[in-house]
Order: sequence, then structure tokens, then C-alpha cells
Amino acid sequence: MSANPSLAAHPRVEDWITVRPDGCVEVRSGKVEIGQRITTAVALVAARELDVPFDRVVMAPARTGLSPDEGYTSGSNSMEQSGHAVRLAAATARRELVARAARRLGVDASTLETREGLVRSRETNRTLGFGELVEDAPLTLPVDLEAAPRAAAREAPRSPRIEPLRLRGLVTGALRFVHDLQPEGALHARVVRPPHYHAALASLPGDLEAGLEGARLVRDGSFLAVAAEDEHHALRAAARVAAAARWSAARGLDDRPISQQLLGNRRESFPVRECRPREEPVPEPPPDAPRTMRAVYERPYQMHGSLAPSAALARFAGGRLTVWTHSQGIYPLRSAIAETLDLSLESVEVVHAPGAGCYGHNGSDDAALEAALVARAIPDRPVLLKWSREDEHAWEPYGPAMRMELAAHLDDAGDVRFWSHETLSDTHVVRARPGAAGPQAGRFLAPRYVADRVREPARAPNLTVNGGIHRNATPPYAFPETRIVKHLVHDLPLRVSALRTLGAYANVFAAESFLDELAHAAGADPLDYRRRHLKDARTRAVLDAAAERFGWAARAAAGRPVGAGAGAGGDAGAGRGIAVARYKNAKSYCAVAVEARVGDDAAIHLLRAVIAVDAGEIVDPDGLAAQLEGGFVQAASWTLLEAVAWDRDGITSRDWESYPILRFSAVPEIETVLVDRPGEPFLGAGEASCGPAGAAIANAVFDATGVRARRLPLTPESLREAAAES
Amino acid sequence: MTKSLTLDVNGASCLVRVDPDMPLALVLRNRLGLTGVKDGCGLGQCGACAVLVDGEPTLTCVRPAADFEGRRIETVEGLGTPEKPGPVQRALIEARAAQCGYCTPGIVVAVTGLLRKDPHPGESAIRAALEPHLCRCGAHPSVLRAVRALARAAPR
Repeated sequence: MSANPSLAAHPRVEDWITVRPDGCVEVRSGKVEIGQRITTAVALVAARELDVPFDRVVMAPARTGLSPDEGYTSGSNSMEQSGHAVRLAAATARRELVARAARRLGVDASTLETREGLVRSRETNRTLGFGELVEDAPLTLPVDLEAAPRAAAREAPRSPRIEPLRLRGLVTGALRFVHDLQPEGALHARVVRPPHYHAALASLPGDLEAGLEGARLVRDGSFLAVAAEDEHHALRAAARVAAAARWSAARGLDDRPISQQLLGNRRESFPVRECRPREEPVPEPPPDAPRTMRAVYERPYQMHGSLAPSAALARFAGGRLTVWTHSQGIYPLRSAIAETLDLSLESVEVVHAPGAGCYGHNGSDDAALEAALVARAIPDRPVLLKWSREDEHAWEPYGPAMRMELAAHLDDAGDVRFWSHETLSDTHVVRARPGAAGPQAGRFLAPRYVADRVREPARAPNLTVNGGIHRNATPPYAFPETRIVKHLVHDLPLRVSALRTLGAYANVFAAESFLDELAHAAGADPLDYRRRHLKDARTRAVLDAAAERFGWAARAAAGRPVGAGAGAGGDAGAGRGIAVARYKNAKSYCAVAVEARVGDDAAIHLLRAVIAVDAGEIVDPDGLAAQLEGGFVQAASWTLLEAVAWDRDGITSRDWESYPILRFSAVPEIETVLVDRPGEPFLGAGEASCGPAGAAIANAVFDATGVRARRLPLTPESLREAAAES
Repeated sequence: MTKSLTLDVNGASCLVRVDPDMPLALVLRNRLGLTGVKDGCGLGQCGACAVLVDGEPTLTCVRPAADFEGRRIETVEGLGTPEKPGPVQRALIEARAAQCGYCTPGIVVAVTGLLRKDPHPGESAIRAALEPHLCRCGAHPSVLRAVRALARAAPR
């Protein structure tokens, strides 16, 4: 058995790799491409490990029945699972190809070498192509878990620079997203939604369908959809149905302030040790020390905000269902759809198709199930179901609101003797998953509205290592004593699930802001104060790398007027902030330094950011840098702008004006420092920069203004409130 | 109810019969197969559906196609192909300036429109041209690097 679940489930070379007689290599990964360039990275791993040119590697689209079942593409796990599996499969395959060549040539394998898809004899110069070596017998053998990676593969990141897969298709518009698939005879479908979660259909005129210009109306309980050959007709029909439908609601959304609900609602609490919640009573906090500091930080509900509303194409014919989807998990989705529609697993096929970046569990799976429901109602026709912008904004499962309560006992030097971090939040994981409690259908929207309705399953605490609420609540510092508590709060008002980093963004925002507060109280430089408490060498290394590139020159902090400028080369009046974390306490190490200025209108302007990362051995430096920069920009948007708003009658963040995100004018200059660790295991990096980004921004704002903003987002209004409170 | 329209798209004259209020984006995508014109909000808020109209970057998800008769329409497909990408597309490839890529066609259109008018835009002109375009992946820094490189490389 391997510690890598992907390899444990798919232990054979042919599960992952097919060397074809034409010399091309087909690679199958169960991880899907969502803009994070995982397919490019996995293809690179295969090319380097097998020793074939990159352009001879073909990545097969993820498809149930053909691709390995690797669960969800989530948690920054893909390189550690798929990348690692393909590396070992390729190393095993290459060794087998050399052995076959040795037999064919009647020489010892040690006299052979590989080069760019050929096996060559160093003695005779004779060569055999990889394709020739599989003509008679395809490669079928178990992956050798001890297969030694090719030494040269480690050197490869430095040369030559490869072009990411799909990029040409993206910049020319040639690449088809699932939204663009319109097979012969396809119908366009739209869902007509209730005003909010708790509303049910009260009445619909009986003759409505007659006025829909030939569009079909699909109704099951309170689930309403329309389908038409022409998309414009479908849109018009949806508008007519929406105008005619009457809804009723026994209750509205609870619109009391979320902080009040987080504090007042029923909760389950667990102490967290070694990053794992324990089913034990939470120990009482120790009595306050002579020097005790406390602070509370808050994060609102925030959106995935995918640029494309979710969509799926489904076809139901002859009792078989095929769904094209941008879901992050083709196998979990297949199982959930089969269960919900009462079909056998074998009669459902789920194919991944490109979608816009999702950053976690957005509307993709809901759209897939809805397309399947409409396709079943209108068999033998492909159904392309698209969500509207309003659907996506108002109905996606948001990243949960969170409250972080921090406390520390300090010694005479201002150093931490005891550190306490408690996080209160709704669950972060409501995805469908085989084996999850209750019916899978309850994890989707549509089944809550059909006549035979299924309720959302009750919240169950996630007790896994670094799970959702408690992800990165455990600090990376060597504090003598810590107390970490996870509180799962029930009965909160909005639909939630996994948003990029789950709890880590807000936990790191809180912890790294609080650490800055302690440094300030100790009269210490925030960088020096962090280094004082940090024993882990790799965490220190990224912190130092970020500080060095940023030009974090030491300056006397004590008594320094705030807003005195960011130092070397900095903007007068600007502040600087730094923060560090290791994502999930187990993935990439990342430090972020930020320079920011706060205007007279209390608006924050990001001037510059430096990101330093250690993701183990680097495979694709461009892809790695893109993930870090992207994570910074997205987290900056959350930090400065984003909060889902609602009232009793529903979500009021319904478009990009009522829920703005960061635009080009607000994006700072970003430099990325990649700390390469050849020979070290790959570490996932797609979520590493988000937490440190949020804290570094808040810390820079404090440095610039002396105002400690603890309530996200850091809008001018929240800064003014923080200034008034301090 | 339908109406015949003649649209000048990517240098070709295209005759379509559509509802008079059908937005241009839907005509380009569903009738002419130009799905590089992306459907992002249908509200004119995100920039994904931008095309050039008489050289000017223009959103197409709200305004009816009938408004565009007699105008010269260029979509991202008219600006290059995977085999032969245009200059802006090449610069974006070189800078690796796309992640999920859903916003990318609109950005190609915006930058092309900008550089045709001003081959040497300064930082504020670049950002102003890109301001209507939302990107959720955070590809902004690499897009900015690509456009600055184009501006630097343009002949004086």
C-alpha cells in the first residue's frame, strides 16, 4: 500500500500511462484542469521521467471509466497524488522499456540509456524507439513504489521553458468550454429559481407552457426549468415563467448580524492537537497571565465568484446518462447523480469539460445534476443547462463566515508563553462524497425543491487533520504552550461549502495579524519577532526570502511614528506588512510582504507585493508562480472588497455591482521568489499564498496608519470603525 | 417576429435571421459558432463578451445584434488562430497570461483595441483599457506584463 491514495487505488502503470506504438505517451489523471495548469505539470512529470519530448505527451480528458478515480481536485493535493503517481508510473515504465530493449538487443540493460523517446546502446549506438518496444505487448505491470526518479528529471525545470497546454486555445478563443458545446439537436435550458432558499412554489398558471413559444417547461415540485432549441427563446421563456410563478415562504433568511449568530447559535466544540480535532471536552483556558493580549477577527461569507456561471451538458438516452461538467470530482459526481436519479453507476458517465476557474465547490455540481434532471425529462436530446449570473451569485455555496478569537500570554520580553486560537464557523465541506452521511442528493440544490424533496444533511464535524474550520488554526511557531479550539456552529443562514483554502485564509489572517499585534506590543520589528519564534528551517527560509526581495531593512520600530514609510525605495506614507504560513501545516511554505498606502478617504492602495514559496521540487515554474500570484490577487480581493450581503427576502449580492471584485486598476506589482528544493517531494501550492496575503495587507495597513483592522473586508467603512474603536 | 440581418464579422458578410432583440453575443456564439465570445454575465458587467466594433472594444451581451448592422465586427477568432496567433495573443502566450482563460478573449480584444489606437500606452492607459474586464483567477499581473512588453516592442 502507498501513502498516496491515488496510487493505492490505481497501482498499475497502465492505469496512468500508455506508451503507444507511434511513440506518443497517453497520460491519464483523475485530477481536472481548472486553470491551475495541473495537466501541464503532470504531463511535464511524465515527459521528464519517461524521457520523451513534452510534445509527445497527450493528456487524456478526465472521464469516468477511463481515468483513475482520484476523488476531488482539491486541497492542493494534485501534485502530491497525481503528480507523484505519474512520476512513479513513468519511472517504472521507463525501466521496463530499457529492460525490453536489452532483451531485444541481447545486451545488458546497464549499457543502455534513454534519450527523448529512444533507448540507445552506449556501446553500439543502436537505438530502439519506445513505440517499437510496445508494438508486440503494451506495458502492463505494477507501479514500483521504490522506482528511482531519473536524476536528470530534477534538473529539467531550468530548461527549456515549455508552453502550457491549452494556452493557445484560450488566447485565440478556439478552446471550447462546456458552455460552448452545442451538439446536433441540443436544447438550451435555464432554471427558474425561488426568491430564496426557503421559498416554495405556491402557484403557476396552468396554461403557461402554451405561451412559451415552443419552449418546454419542466416542473417537479418547486423545481422549474425551461428548455428550447434557441438560447434566446430559453431566456425569454425563463423570464416569463419567473414573472408568472408565485412563491411562498414560511420563513425568511435570518438577517441578524452574523457575528451574533456565530456567537449565539448552538455549537459543537473540539480541542485540536497536532492539527486534529479530538472528541474530548475542551479544556478550560488558563487564567490570564500578568501580560495577556486578546483580539477577535471576523470574516464574512465570501463567494467563489467564477467568471462563468456554472453549466453542464447532459444527454439521457436508452437508460444511459452522460454528463459533461466542469466539476472538480467526476467520480463523486457520478455516484451522487446515480444515487439521486436511481440509476446504476454503470449507466452514468461523467466527462470533464473546461469551465471557468471554480476555486472550490461552486455551482458546477448543482448545474450538472440539474442538467441531468432536465435531460431525463426530455430524453434523447442533449441539454445544455447554464446558470445565469444571478443564479451563480445568489445560489452558489459560499465560503462560510468565521470568527477567530486569539489570546496570548507574554513574558517580560514580550515573547509568547501561551497561544490560544479558537475558530467559530459553519462547516466548510458540504460536497457530495461516497460514504458521506445521509443521501447524496441533500448536498445539491435541486433535490431540495423537487416534489419528493431531500433535505440538506445535518452538519457533522469534520475531524480530519487540518480539515475545514481548523485548517491552519495551528500556528507554525514554536510557542511553549498552545490551545487550539474548533467550534462548529449550527443553523447559520447561508448555503456554504468549500472555498479555496477553506478555513485557512481567515485563520492565517487572524493569527498573523495577532502576531503583528504582539510584535508591536513588544516594540519589536514584525520580521524579527516572527524569526524569534520560528524554529522550522523551511518556514524561516521563505520568510527570509520574501523579506530580502522586498528590501525589509531593519528599522527601529519602537516609538516610530506609524505611516513613516515602507523603507528602502518605498513610498512615503506607505506601510509594510509581512506574514507567513505553511498551507494545511503540510503543503507549500509561503511568505508574503506587502507595501500599501491608505488614502485620506480610508481606501487601501496596494503598491507592491513579494511572494516567496517553497513547493518542494519545482516542476513548472511558470505555473507555480501563476498560482501564487493568482492566490494573492484573489485573497486581496476578499480582503479589501468582498462580503456576501442578504436580508430576510434573500441574497442581495446578485451581480458584479452588488458584489464587486478587484479590478486591474487595484492590482499591485507582484514579484515571486521560488525556492527550489530538487529531490524533495512535490508540495501543493494552489492555495498557499491566500492566507499570508490577507494578513500581510492588514499588517501593512496598521504600519501605515496605526489602525488595526480585524473585521474583513477592509473597506474604508471598516477602517473608520476600527479607528474609532482603537 | 424574426428579422434578417447582415453582419460584417471577421471580414465576412454574414446573413442571419434572428429575433430583433437578440443580443449580439448570442448571434455570434450560437448562429456563427464564434464561441470565443464568452458568456459571463449577460449584464454588461464583466467584459468576457467583448468584440471590436469599428475597432472599438464593445460589450455584446446586452445590445441587440440589430444595432450592429453595417459595423465592422472582429471577434477574438478574427485576431489569430492557434496555428497563427496574432501579436497580442503571442504576447499573452509568452507571458503565460491566462489561467482558466474565460476572461482571456475579452482581454485580447481590449488590448488589441488599445494598441491600434496607441501602440505605446503608458501604465494608466493600459489599466484603464483593462478595467472593464474581470478576472477571477488573478492573471492580472501577467496580463500587465504582456501588454507592457508589447508597448515596449512597438516601433517608434
